Amino acid sequence: MDKITKDLLEQVAGLHEIPTGAYNIRKDGELYGRNVSANIDIVTKTDKPGIDIIVKDNTVNESVHIPVIIAQSGLKESVYNDFFIGENCDVTIIAGCGIHNGGKDASEHSGIHSFDVGKNSRVKYVEKHYGQGEGTGERIMNPKTNILLREGSYMEMDTVQIEGIDSTKRETTARILDDAKLIIKEKIMTHDKQYAETNFSVDLDGENSSTDVVSRSVAKDESTQLFKSEINGNGVCHGHSECDAIIMDNASVKAVPALTANNVEASLVHEAAIGKIAGEQLIKLMTLGLSEEEAEKEIVAGFLK
Amino acid sequence: MLELKNVSYEVNDENVNKEIIKNISFTIDERFVAITGPNGGGKSTLAKIIAGILTPTEGRIFLDGKDITDLSITERAKNGISFAFQQPVRFKGITVKDLITFAVGHSITTTEACSYLSEVGLCAKDYINRELNASLSGGEAKRIEIAMTMARGTSLSIFDEPEAGIDLWSFQSLIKVFEMMHEKSGGSIIIISHQERILNIADKVIVLANGELVNIGSKDEVLPGLLVDGPGCEKLISKM
Repeated sequence: MDKITKDLLEQVAGLHEIPTGAYNIRKDGELYGRNVSANIDIVTKTDKPGIDIIVKDNTVNESVHIPVIIAQSGLKESVYNDFFIGENCDVTIIAGCGIHNGGKDASEHSGIHSFDVGKNSRVKYVEKHYGQGEGTGERIMNPKTNILLREGSYMEMDTVQIEGIDSTKRETTARILDDAKLIIKEKIMTHDKQYAETNFSVDLDGENSSTDVVSRSVAKDESTQLFKSEINGNGVCHGHSECDAIIMDNASVKAVPALTANNVEASLVHEAAIGKIAGEQLIKLMTLGLSEEEAEKEIVAGFLK
Repeated sequence: MLELKNVSYEVNDENVNKEIIKNISFTIDERFVAITGPNGGGKSTLAKIIAGILTPTEGRIFLDGKDITDLSITERAKNGISFAFQQPVRFKGITVKDLITFAVGHSITTTEACSYLSEVGLCAKDYINRELNASLSGGEAKRIEIAMTMARGTSLSIFDEPEAGIDLWSFQSLIKVFEMMHEKSGGSIIIISHQERILNIADKVIVLANGELVNIGSKDEVLPGLLVDGPGCEKLISKM
């Protein structure tokens, strides 16, 4: 494995070597490595780029890694990954995309992920986006995630984009059935002239369905962020969304929350806060001996932890 | 030793200059020094001036003979000044362990964190990984603030109303913390307080009212006057 591939895999999937268990590593538009397990099958799609990941009923304590690496400047791809999670499962899925752009052409990855989570299953889905490279070509990622949570299921989606992505448009839609729960935790940092847009749309269709969408972001330099969230309460349900942003330098952050209750028993809450780092936080850390720059760095790091 | 020479602090309030601190001079070399006086008298402002958070409009400040008036908050912290806020600051994502680490200046083990947190009546195991965010009660945050100041071990520590909000934890424990801090670092501890029990342990008491230094001396010299006809509300003081 070359150094760039190794670095990117470590950044996006926390991998130091080839993982144990099921995995599918895609590099520069091609299959780089795959392993299936007794309970988790990975099948290449025949009609379009991408894979089907099929998790058998009652699969517990297993993980799937499906990182994507782009090291070739100018590569543009859309990849369709469909997850079929059986009933009564408990699995962790680690996705993520790392782009190293050493050239002048834009590299672009659009990962379209769909999840069908079976009854009473639990899924932890971790997605990390990262860019690097000395080239002038843009690094672009436009992930789409479509989620169906069947009765009694639970999914936690941790999505992180901390560095190096020039432009991103992330769309997540979800439909939550009876007694199912979706937790989304998003962390974004943009710098220089980067642009990040997030769009969450959750339909709480089931009785006692619930969701909690929490976004924390930091916008630095001249970067721009747009956060949109929409929660539709269509039954006896509970929805909460929160957008908490730190704005620095000449950046711009816009939060557009929308809540729609179509049922008198729907309970929906949104909280949004955008502001600079609180002066008293900087002062406190400075009284402990940190410089203003160090204090700022620690506050941002803690906020995005 | 801390020395203030003719320190004044003015703010411009709707185009009217208002003097919050008026020409104050004193030296502090004692173990415990209490600053007391009525609310709005300038006590917290003075503490912030000493810590470098506010810059005096007039006068100079010396720490161990060195003029620190133009030093930043960070430089003063590095020169040996610690400041425990009256209202502890809340963060998002920064843990108690992170903060004690910053205070000590190097990474610490749970055992080390325990040596500070146990002094303020908190179990390190329960607290080190907790964020210092709004989920902590006022009393918990206050005790962590005190533990951070203790962990710094500097030659001058300033506590702004340390007793406020720590009701379940006794005054005696707080006083023990001050004694222990002095034993370890040998420096001076300035305590802004209205509490007679705190004033009673002071080697020197400074009374501020309307931004002026109205009295300074040993507790035996200052306290009787303060309780009889001092600037504090007699009725309230009688209920302490």
